[in-house]
Amino acid sequence: MTGFQRTIASLGGAAGLAAMVLAITDLGTSGIGLILGGILLAGVGLRHRTGVMPQARLDLAASLGGMVLLLSMLDGDMPAASWPLLIACWLVGWLAVEKSLAARDMSPTMSSIVSLAVPVFFGAWIIFVWEMLTVGLQVPTVLLPPPSMIAVRFAESTSILWADFQQTVIKAALSGYIIGCGSAFIIAILIDRVPFLQRGLLPVGNFISALPIVGIAPIMVMWFGFDWQSKAAVVVVMTFFPMLVNTVAGLQATQAMERDLLRTYASSYFQLLLKLRLPTAAPFIFNALKINSTLALIGAIVAEFFGTPIVGLGFRISTEVGRMNVDMVWAEIVVAALAGSLSYGLLSLLEKQVTFWHPSNRRKIQ
Amino acid sequence: MTSKTTRSKVIEAEKLGLTFDANDGPVHALKDVDLAIEKGDFVSFIGPSGCGKTTLLRVIADLEHPTAGSITVNGMTPEQARLERAYGYVFQAPALLAWRTIERNIGLPLEIMGLSAAEKADRVARTLELVGLDGFGRKFPWQLSGGMQQRASIARALAFDADLLLMDEPFGALDEIVRDHLNEQLLQLWKKTGKTICFVTHSIPEAVYLSNKIVVMSPRPGRVTDIIESDLPAERPLDIRESKRFLEIAQRVRTGLREGHSYE
Amino acid sequence: MISALSRVFPIATVVAAIMVVWYGFTVYLNSPWQIDRYEKAGIEWQMGDLVRDTMAHDRPVLPAPHQIAIEIWKTTVEKKITSKRSLIFHGSVTLSSTLLGFAMGTILGIGLAVSIVENRAMDKSLMPWIITSQTIPILAIAPMIIVVLNAVGLSGLVPKAMISTYLSFFPVVVGMVKGLRSPDPMHIDLMRTYNSSRLHMFWKLRLPASVPFLFASMKVAIAISLVGAIVGELPTGAVAGLGARLLAGSYYGQTIQIWSALISAACMAAILVTVVSVISHVTLKRMGLRA
Repeated sequence: MTGFQRTIASLGGAAGLAAMVLAITDLGTSGIGLILGGILLAGVGLRHRTGVMPQARLDLAASLGGMVLLLSMLDGDMPAASWPLLIACWLVGWLAVEKSLAARDMSPTMSSIVSLAVPVFFGAWIIFVWEMLTVGLQVPTVLLPPPSMIAVRFAESTSILWADFQQTVIKAALSGYIIGCGSAFIIAILIDRVPFLQRGLLPVGNFISALPIVGIAPIMVMWFGFDWQSKAAVVVVMTFFPMLVNTVAGLQATQAMERDLLRTYASSYFQLLLKLRLPTAAPFIFNALKINSTLALIGAIVAEFFGTPIVGLGFRISTEVGRMNVDMVWAEIVVAALAGSLSYGLLSLLEKQVTFWHPSNRRKIQ
Repeated sequence: MTSKTTRSKVIEAEKLGLTFDANDGPVHALKDVDLAIEKGDFVSFIGPSGCGKTTLLRVIADLEHPTAGSITVNGMTPEQARLERAYGYVFQAPALLAWRTIERNIGLPLEIMGLSAAEKADRVARTLELVGLDGFGRKFPWQLSGGMQQRASIARALAFDADLLLMDEPFGALDEIVRDHLNEQLLQLWKKTGKTICFVTHSIPEAVYLSNKIVVMSPRPGRVTDIIESDLPAERPLDIRESKRFLEIAQRVRTGLREGHSYE
Repeated sequence: MISALSRVFPIATVVAAIMVVWYGFTVYLNSPWQIDRYEKAGIEWQMGDLVRDTMAHDRPVLPAPHQIAIEIWKTTVEKKITSKRSLIFHGSVTLSSTLLGFAMGTILGIGLAVSIVENRAMDKSLMPWIITSQTIPILAIAPMIIVVLNAVGLSGLVPKAMISTYLSFFPVVVGMVKGLRSPDPMHIDLMRTYNSSRLHMFWKLRLPASVPFLFASMKVAIAISLVGAIVGELPTGAVAGLGARLLAGSYYGQTIQIWSALISAACMAAILVTVVSVISHVTLKRMGLRA
């Protein structure tokens, strides 16, 4: 065990002890459960001083046990002992993660399970702490609703959320994304044949990529009306330049030797494009597609702040904020987050399939 | 053709010159190069860096354009020869496309030439066997060692059955043991196929071991200083490199290189 | 000299072409309304009149570049800075929250990157979430953050800056992690042979190696920080800032005002990125990392 791990373990044990002592002095409200929880975590944390049973899964089990205990008694009036117990759970859980990451004799499958489980565990912890703090400390729901409340709201309003999703994600963001990326790709291939245009357009495109393009939203709303077409137009402009710049850069990324090789075969322009330059450009193109998937959602949602029909993620967010229905806003944010991460994840998956040969992806298929 | 020899000329160059315009004045990469390479020759070009040996090979391949003199490849201009796919070219690095398997890399020139799938598969299998890579066709280049990658790139140059093979320091980046092995294999291949091979190298033993004609070049301006015909027997085990005749020829090459070398 | 010219000339040509197209579209987009007006008034008109008049609307569909330039001149040079109609006033409001958010984002990003590089548990548990956080269209939360923070009594600069912080920390984390991990393994081995501590390794090797990466990320971060500040000004209630100008312009159909706010924002982005580039260039030169 490293010194760092020992420190976490001792701190966790100390927090468990503190929880136990507090629970005993305050037996009336705490009950026997908290005392036992305190003893468990203190024991698990402090056992590292003696060196018996050092397995990480023991730490994990104790941490999860403490979490279940805390969840079972969660209400607006938590006994004082529950807070040191929460800290003890956190430290012992961290210790479990530290130890399982440091383990050396792991099989490849086990280590990939661990590297998947660790962020999931971390995410679950964040939600758990969020729930604990908002409910336990009675944070006004207007400020920050607990995750359970958001989940309930989400389940109750699936039809509204679905309509908003269709309006903003499918109609506005997706159509704009396809038009923007598609036209940029075609134009990139066209200007690739004219070096003069390349040298002129590339710096201008790079410059425009850095500009706050969402600002054109009000203009697009004036030109194309309140419905999804104006949002799609914003998305087209936002996604166009990253795609243009990346595709042009990707088409230039071939090595001189590879170009010479194809030249010795007397290959035509299209053969060169299809067999060498587009495959070489693929990692660049996917990079742009991934950046753009996020930009498209941002563009579509922000453009709705400037006027929409009465449906859409951005519309709902801005009106429900006005009515202080913060749980509904969070439900919409969950929809946006799911749409964003799913599309990003799908693109990453596709990228791994297509550019499996790229040095950054190689190890995984070997 | 007014050639007196019985064998036909594959490459003929007269007064060939190539001048690059650099920032600090013109650079004579090649100057007054006269050269005749006959069918079935194994010719090595040797010289220090900057002597224009690679440039000469690139001129033959129509990857550079000469600024003076004339050159023919198979009796055509280099450009016509390239369009007719008259030669296979092997670069200093394998230059295999990472997204294609070894098979599909070797099949690339055949695809571009528009061969049928069956013909392609047949030729790929044949050339894979020729370079001793059978069984590796489904692998990706980055899953093979450097020596195997370079063998695959030779297979790719052989796949479309051109009679002329241009090789630009193909084994320069490999270690000595792999290099010896590939040299041996290359000689076998030459004997088996009877191709004309132009081979650029900066290693004297390699040049003497492989070729029947050694072109010694010198830099600034890049020019041919000596052409040595080797009379080593066709059968060349690796230990021929310790024989007296081998060392004599190597000595002559070394002298040629030293004379051509200038200390400006 | 020749190479500089051959760099600038194509760019100038493209920019000039954009201007020509812009003027073309100004005439094209504004002419239906103008022709309609001619016909109502029964005025005989020539092409020249049309071109002139389409560029002189108060609320054109698309204003001509010179109209925007005049508007910007009027609202910057000719207005007092304290005036509510001065673009300098609005620009400085946006700029201050941009810079505050950028500074906080950079510090947060560097801190997170250091902890990620130095601690495996942090790396494994945080990094996937940091990447996920960016796939979430965070700007969507902007109005809520503003309103909620207002409810707790935080208003003005800080809520807007927090949106900028959220947007700008990400490129810094990603670039900085890459930079801190960029030292050559051989250099790390060399430090090991000196039996150097982790702290030494960090100060003498990892941190200097990360500087070029940090600056590259900061260029992205400052541009995106400006976007965050502008979007942060959109929710109702914001009365100052370029974003508020955009919103007000869109309410009252003041297209010239929208465009001038937009162009000012673009100029500001360009200046900010240039400033970071110059600082980066000078620093790297002094560190001997760039000729």
